Amino acid sequence: MLDVRNLQKIYAGRNRSVEALRNLSFHIGAGELVCLVGPSGCGKTTLLKCMAGLLAPTSGEVRLDGRPVDGPPPGMAVVFQEYGRSLFAWMNVRDNVALPLRRKKLGKARERELVDHALEVVGLADAHQAYPWQLSGGMQQRVAIARAVAFEPKVLLMDEPFAAVDAQTRAELEDLIRRLWHELGVTVLFVTHDIDEAVYLGQRTIILSASPTVVLEDLTIDLPDERDQLHTRSSTRFAELRAHVYEQIQRAKHHNGDTDPPMADRSDELALQKSES
Amino acid sequence: MIRTTVLTMARRVSLVLGLPAVLFAVWWFATAGSTDFYVPPLSTILQKFGEVWTGERLLSDVLPSLLRLTAGYLLAVVIGVGLGLVVGMSRVARDVLEPVLELFRAIPPPVLVPVIMLFAGIGDTMKVLVIVSGCMWPVLLNTVEGVRAVDEVLSDTCRSYGITGTSRLRHLVLRSASPQIVTGMRQALSIGIILMVISEMFAASNGLGFTIVQFQRSFAIPEMWSGVLLLGLLGFLLSLLFRFAENRVMAWYQGLRRAQRNT
Repeated sequence: MLDVRNLQKIYAGRNRSVEALRNLSFHIGAGELVCLVGPSGCGKTTLLKCMAGLLAPTSGEVRLDGRPVDGPPPGMAVVFQEYGRSLFAWMNVRDNVALPLRRKKLGKARERELVDHALEVVGLADAHQAYPWQLSGGMQQRVAIARAVAFEPKVLLMDEPFAAVDAQTRAELEDLIRRLWHELGVTVLFVTHDIDEAVYLGQRTIILSASPTVVLEDLTIDLPDERDQLHTRSSTRFAELRAHVYEQIQRAKHHNGDTDPPMADRSDELALQKSES
Repeated sequence: MIRTTVLTMARRVSLVLGLPAVLFAVWWFATAGSTDFYVPPLSTILQKFGEVWTGERLLSDVLPSLLRLTAGYLLAVVIGVGLGLVVGMSRVARDVLEPVLELFRAIPPPVLVPVIMLFAGIGDTMKVLVIVSGCMWPVLLNTVEGVRAVDEVLSDTCRSYGITGTSRLRHLVLRSASPQIVTGMRQALSIGIILMVISEMFAASNGLGFTIVQFQRSFAIPEMWSGVLLLGLLGFLLSLLFRFAENRVMAWYQGLRRAQRNT
């Protein structure tokens, strides 16, 4: 589905160039929900922009369904962290969601249906006429998510979408993403710096090193598919996985593409812990 | 509830009209018994105002002036916004055009009147061109600023949803630059009124500027003053009209600003 191969990105400046991404390779299968987590400033946003076709990598490539991504691919939607800057302040909620659909020429009825449904599933059925700035941060991000949902993408990329909302709203939105993923069968790549979130949300968590970035570990989150904030987060397995990711991130801070490759596979150790629990 | 809104309305109206009323009163009493030929009593000016500016002159002088102003102003807005979009969006256009534009901008438009007269004659075309030559700069420069300030995240959002070309121009660039464009248009409006009068003072057979100069040359001093008063009123009315239109079109921006202030 989505393939990242030997991706490298060097920002060339006038006097010095910064290597943000060193060598990244991973694969995301159709219908997967994968989280990307890494220490602050590890080039997560650069990676996401490369994957979204908004930024050309220096070398390596991103492939979507076998085709190389060299511009924003039509079957992809992106939800950015800065909800306040990704919505059109001069359009009401409905128009914000509908605008990307116009190009698809689906016909008025189908368009209306998609917008109604998208706003319904994110819980904004009665906010069609409101302007984004009349809504709370969490609701604004729901509008951005509704816009992505209405677009019917095959792949949904999310760049730290909940970093700027309060903790309670964040929990609600996390569950919303899990629900949407189940209902729509869409492939989701979720970038975050929040370790709890990275463990709670995904089927897999890809842990990145500090910049210049490499993949430190591709961890399978073997929590049951049925998750809720209270029970999942208080389970022993969640705590173990969380501790493991936390350790890796701590190590990642001193670890990057310049130092030796990460310690050998630690999945044995984890498997051991699992059997004990 | 209704009582308080009426009270706040009354308060606002008295705040807006307070100072003009005071100034008018000062003018009235200071000139009341004036025998100075050049400073006639305000009562005389007002009386002449009624005589001069109602009836025929409304059609023969005020209307032509307003038509020239409208034509020049609208043309300036179209050119300013159009050119501003090009300069704002293209690095190359900016590098090529900026020095030339800076040069032209530095020339005071009244100086251009004789030059424009050389090739456009002394008709309406000349007057409209003079108004355009002055009004387009604030619109142009503010549009460039607005276009260059389009939010990067919003721009990325548009790209990733395939909103490009004219759709991007219409829904993203123009709308997002509209607060600056409107600011430029507001500045251009007052420049437009000034240039309307100036262009009519040079060479004209009708219009407000022409009439005022005629009054002055024929020593019809109260009539001249009444023309100045009319110009002031005209400027005030146009800016009210502008504010009214702005409040409707830019309601989203004012709401956004209020929301940002409250957080």
